[in-house]
Amino acid sequence: MKATVLVRPKPGILDPQGQAVESSLRHLGFEVGGTRVGRLVDVELATDDRSEAAAQLEQMCERLLTNPLIESYTIAFMGDASE
Amino acid sequence: MSDHSSRPLVAVVVFPGSNDDRDAAGALEQLGACAARVWHTDETLPEHTAAVVLPGGFSYGDYLRCGAIARFSPIMRAVATFAADGGPVLGICNGFQILTEAGLLPGALRPNASLSFVCRDVPLIVERSDLLFTSRCRAGQELTIPVKHGDGCWFADEALLAELDAGGQIALRYAPGANPNGAVSDVAGVTNEEGNVFGLMPHPEHAVDRRLGPGSTDGALILGSLVDAARLSASVPV
Repeated sequence: MKATVLVRPKPGILDPQGQAVESSLRHLGFEVGGTRVGRLVDVELATDDRSEAAAQLEQMCERLLTNPLIESYTIAFMGDASE
Repeated sequence: MSDHSSRPLVAVVVFPGSNDDRDAAGALEQLGACAARVWHTDETLPEHTAAVVLPGGFSYGDYLRCGAIARFSPIMRAVATFAADGGPVLGICNGFQILTEAGLLPGALRPNASLSFVCRDVPLIVERSDLLFTSRCRAGQELTIPVKHGDGCWFADEALLAELDAGGQIALRYAPGANPNGAVSDVAGVTNEEGNVFGLMPHPEHAVDRRLGPGSTDGALILGSLVDAARLSASVPV
């Protein structure tokens, strides 16, 4: 089964990339109040069991995909979101 | 290689993408150590290893986060054990990033606040001279050592920073007004609680040999302190 992990800089963490994007958007004339840049990881799992997959993804996030000190994450399973 | 008490053995770990391992090894040799470059897939450190250096570079292309993948290299298990036994471990730049990712040092390293790669000599203030890595320095001494990094913005939240400050773990700061990357509280280098693991963003190995340029040789104070510590630990019978 497939899942998407969204990794974000935690609130309060300086995000110079987000700031650069925000200033660039302003230059283009968009009125934005803030921009934060994170990371997206698509993961194809071997299991089809939803709770097993969720448990594995959490492990992946804690051990490698994020640095818990500075980043938070959310996990979404493909097909869950209304697209 | 017979008498490691006079020329202590310092292991310099080479990850795919390390690029300062030769400079580090050369500087350590010049300062009286016997430097052995060790490949990241090795599972053990060489016999008689008296200190470990994780050098600068771009291990695993800095993919995901700097140091995030290198920390799972087989050799890192041996490095962690060595550190837990009290052995001196020094991480320079990418080596510092790897040690924070491995949980052997506090804090995390984020992209520079300027988003620019910085490459220049920076003035540093030695906060503590009673560490293995700064024994040749004086507290309050100003050192000039080059930095060259894109991800050197050390971060710790207020609670962690207060704890590290109280515990004397902030060993090195950028001089006032000279912070090149936006690091919290001007932190350039930190130690673990026990004081035997040290990471810093500046590159002492590039400030040892005057033939390399007009810069300072202050890096020799840091690496020389490490060689002294290694010599001391090598002379202790096991």
